[in-house]
Amino acid sequence: MNRQGESHASGMTPHSLRNTLQPLQEAKGYYFNRDDSMTMELLEQLLVTKARYGYMACPCRLANGTYEADKDIICPCSYREQDVNEFEACFCGLYVSKEWNERWDQEQQSTPVVPDRRDPGNILL
Amino acid sequence: MAHPVLKLYALSTCIHCRHTKEYLNSHHIPYEFIDVDLQEGEARDRVLAEVKGYNPNMSFPTIVVPDGGSVIIGFQEQKLAKYIP
Repeated sequence: MNRQGESHASGMTPHSLRNTLQPLQEAKGYYFNRDDSMTMELLEQLLVTKARYGYMACPCRLANGTYEADKDIICPCSYREQDVNEFEACFCGLYVSKEWNERWDQEQQSTPVVPDRRDPGNILL
Repeated sequence: MAHPVLKLYALSTCIHCRHTKEYLNSHHIPYEFIDVDLQEGEARDRVLAEVKGYNPNMSFPTIVVPDGGSVIIGFQEQKLAKYIP
């Protein structure tokens, strides 16, 4: 496990990952959580899962450990669109709606609790 | 009256699990936890079967109140507040 913000084998840091992803994702209409304590921690943990599995598995879901079996939870996960549409946030809280961020600017609020849409059958026992 | 020791099934990389641990620690709620993503082989299978028994979705955090108590899924402060000693 790495200390907060330390660069990983890939040389990526949470900040460089954010700078890389932000313009790409905003162009698609997805915004990082304005609550930096969430966003930076989640980006850090994506670098941990990348180092562990070889791909950025959602840090808040149990990965199976193979690319094929985890394709639906590789960030951005297959459930992001539905979750952001319904709850204004994805399951882990990294991506939120534009409106949610605008409200956060007015008054800090905790990220919504989003139920996990993933079919438990996708978890290999 | 003895306070129940909650059982937290978590993932070491999950921010909601981390917030749950922080909440339980800061409110001195007794608990034990297991980071399921760090388990391997039979230990993983065993703990996953436990989680599935409480939460068929096998999502995290899953918090179990012992002795047939409730199961709390996700970081839900207002539900955890009931167990503040």
